[in-house]
Amino acid sequence: MAAEPVKRITDIGPPHYEKFLHPMVKKNYGMWKYHESLAPGVLCHVAESGDKLFTVRAGSPRLLSTATIRMFADLAEKYCGGYLRFTSRNNVEFLLDNQANIEPLKKDLQAAGFPVGGTNNAISNIVHTQGWVHCHSSATDASGIVKCVMDALYDRFTHENLPAKLRIALACCLNMCGAVHCSDISILGVHRRPPQINKDLLPKVCEIPTLISSCPTGAIRSATYEGKPSVEVVEEQCMYCANCYTVCPAMPLNDPENDGISIWVGGKVSNARSAPKFSKLAIPFIPNEPPRWPGVVDAVVNIVEVYAKHAHKYERMGDWIERIGWPRFFELTGIPFTRYHIDDFRFAGTTFARSTHIRF
Amino acid sequence: MADETKKTPKLDELEKGPWPSFVKEIKQARKVNTMCDDLLGQLETSYEEKKGHWKHGGIVGVMGYGGGVIGRYSDMPEKFPKVAHFHTMRVNQPAGWFYTSKALRTLCDIWDRHGSGLTNMHGSTGDIVFLGTKTDELEPCFAELTKEGFDLGGSGSVMRTPSACVGQARCEWACYDTMKLCYDLTQTYQDELHRPAFPYKFKFKCAGCPNDCVASIARSDMSIIGTWKDSIQQDDAAVAEYAKKGMDIQKDVCDNCPTKCMSWDGKKLTIENHECVRCMHCINVMPKALRPGKERGATILIGAKAPIIQGAMLSSVLIPFVPAAELLDTIKELTSRIWDFWSEYGKNRERIGELIQRVGMANFLDAIGLDPVPEMVSAPRDNPYIYFKKEE
Repeated sequence: MAAEPVKRITDIGPPHYEKFLHPMVKKNYGMWKYHESLAPGVLCHVAESGDKLFTVRAGSPRLLSTATIRMFADLAEKYCGGYLRFTSRNNVEFLLDNQANIEPLKKDLQAAGFPVGGTNNAISNIVHTQGWVHCHSSATDASGIVKCVMDALYDRFTHENLPAKLRIALACCLNMCGAVHCSDISILGVHRRPPQINKDLLPKVCEIPTLISSCPTGAIRSATYEGKPSVEVVEEQCMYCANCYTVCPAMPLNDPENDGISIWVGGKVSNARSAPKFSKLAIPFIPNEPPRWPGVVDAVVNIVEVYAKHAHKYERMGDWIERIGWPRFFELTGIPFTRYHIDDFRFAGTTFARSTHIRF
Repeated sequence: MADETKKTPKLDELEKGPWPSFVKEIKQARKVNTMCDDLLGQLETSYEEKKGHWKHGGIVGVMGYGGGVIGRYSDMPEKFPKVAHFHTMRVNQPAGWFYTSKALRTLCDIWDRHGSGLTNMHGSTGDIVFLGTKTDELEPCFAELTKEGFDLGGSGSVMRTPSACVGQARCEWACYDTMKLCYDLTQTYQDELHRPAFPYKFKFKCAGCPNDCVASIARSDMSIIGTWKDSIQQDDAAVAEYAKKGMDIQKDVCDNCPTKCMSWDGKKLTIENHECVRCMHCINVMPKALRPGKERGATILIGAKAPIIQGAMLSSVLIPFVPAAELLDTIKELTSRIWDFWSEYGKNRERIGELIQRVGMANFLDAIGLDPVPEMVSAPRDNPYIYFKKEE
C-alpha cells in the first residue's frame, strides 16, 4: 500500500443545513404564514411572500437499503429539484413547488410500496429501536413488530380519521433508545428473570464495585466463587432493569421463554391542551411471538379502536383516559387490571388514588 | 456453502402485508454486500429461538474519537462469519434532516464501498445510522465521509448529537431558529461530542414551539422549547372564515383551552392573553387565523431521560423565557456551569436529571447561580422538612 500521508480531517461537524434547503425554503426561511392540509400526507405551507411549498410525506421502515434511498433521490429529482427531508418519526418528505407534481409523486411512491400519510389525526410512523437486527440487550425484536403493527394499522396511517393524533413508539428493552415513555401507545420489551451470572467470565471482564453500584435496588452483593471475587443477586430485589448487564457483559438477562412485551398508554410530549405526560402500564406481559406477533398486534389494534370509538374530538389517548378514568379504560378495553399495574418504585405514591372521586 | 442464500421462512412472513418491509430492504442490500446474507441468517435464528444473537459491545472506533462507532459482534461467528463484525457508524445528520438527492447519493456511495448498504434514516437520537461494517473499514469510511463534509455523531458518555425540528425552514410556529441553534451547539461542542469526558450522556433537543415535534421534553437533558411572551397574533376575518366553513369555535377552540382564556360571541373571538399558557391548541386548529406572538424566544428545561437508572423523567423549567437573539449565548453560559457541576458531583452513569433529584433542585440552582422562580414548580413543597441554611 502506497503510504501517502493524508491530512486527517476531524471535528468538522455536520454539513451546514443551508446547502440542502430548497430555494423556496431558503427564500422564505422564518417567514412562513400558515399551512393547510390538502389530503392525508400532503401539506401546503404558505409564506408571507405568497409562495406555496407542498410537502408529500411517506412512511418508511426506517431500516433502509442504499437502493431505496437512491430511489427516494430519483423521485426527488423527478418531482422536486432533488430536495427532500426526513421527519423525527422516520417518514420521508418530498418538498415541491409545483402542485401538479403531487399526484404523480404519490402514484410513484405508492407503486414503490411506500404509503403516503401520517399527518394530523392519522397514526404516524412508529419510532423504534434496533431489536434483534442489531442490539445485544433487546428483550424482543423491533422492526418485525413495527412491520406487523403498521400492516394492521395501515388505513389509520393513510386516513386522518382519529379523534386526535396518535403516536406509537417501540423500545426493545428498558434502556429505551426509542424513549417510548411519553407516547400514546408504547410497546416495550421486558425481561422477567434476574441475570444469569457467568461466573467464569465475570472476574475477567467486569469491575465488581462498579457492577454492585450499578444496581438501583441494591440487589447485587459481593461474593466469592472458587476463591475469586464475584457477585450474587438477591433475586426478589431484582426488577430486571438490566443496568448490570450494561456495565458487565457477564450478567445477561436474555431468556426466550420469559422475555416479552409490555404495552403502555396515554403519554404525550406536546403541550397542546394538557401538559406532557408519561405513558402508563396497560398490559404487563405478552410473550414474544415471531414472526407475526399476533398478541401485540391485537392488543394495540384493540386499544386504538376503543379509543377511536370513545374519545372526543381533539382528545389524545391520555386526555381521554383521564376524562373517563382508568377503571373505565380497563373495562372498555377488556384488559385485566393486576397487581403489576400498581407502582412500587421511587415515585410510587404519586400514582395512588388519593381522593374519593370514584365512578360507579 | 458460504455463499448459498440461506432459507428464511420466518422472515419471509415479514415481506407480506402493505407496510414497507425491512426484510425486503435487507434482501435488497445483499446485492451490495453479502454481509446481509448472514445478517438474514442470524436474524432468522433469532426468530426461531426468540433471542438476540449479538455480543455485548466492544471498543472500536476511529482514531482520536471515543464515540460515534458502536462495536457489534455476532455470538455465532462460525455460523455467520460475514457478520462476525457488524459495527454501526453514527453519522451526524444535517439539522432538520434536510438533504439534496446529491448528498444522499454521496452517502450511499460511501456506505456501499465500506459497509453493508443498510442504514437507518434515522437513529433515535437523530444520526444517520450506517448499519454494519468491519473494523478495518471504519477509518477509510470516516476519511471519505469527512472529505465530503460529514462527521460522526456521538455515543457513550458524551454530548450526544443534538437534533432539531424543521423550525423556521418550513413551520410558521417556530419561535426561534431551531436548525441554526442545533448547528451552532453541535459545532461549539465538537470536542464534547467526540471525546467522552462526562459521567454519562447529555442530549440537547431544539423544538420550535410547545408542540415539541422532537420530543425534547421527554428525551433531552436540556430541552429548548420555543414560546412567545406577548399576545397571540389574531386575524379576525380569518377566524370568521373558519366559523363560516363550519368550525364550532366555542366547542372546538374555546372549550379546549386549558385556562379558559378565550371567549366567542358568535362574531368575535376574545383572548385574555395574560391567562394564556401557550399550549398551542387554538393555533393548531386555526393556523390561518391565529399565530404565536411576535416577542419570541424559548423556555429552557432540564433533566429528561428514559428509565435507566432511577426512573423516567420529564424535563422541568429552568428559565421560563430567553429571547431568541440571546439563546445561544445563554445556553452556552448555562451549559458550562451545568457541566462543571455534573462533572464534579455526578456519579458514573448518572444523568443530570438524576443528579438534581439526588442533591435537590435548590442546591443545583445555587451551584449554577440561578435564582428560584415560581415557574420552576407545579406547586411549592408540601413537606415541612426544610433544610434551612445556617446563615439565614
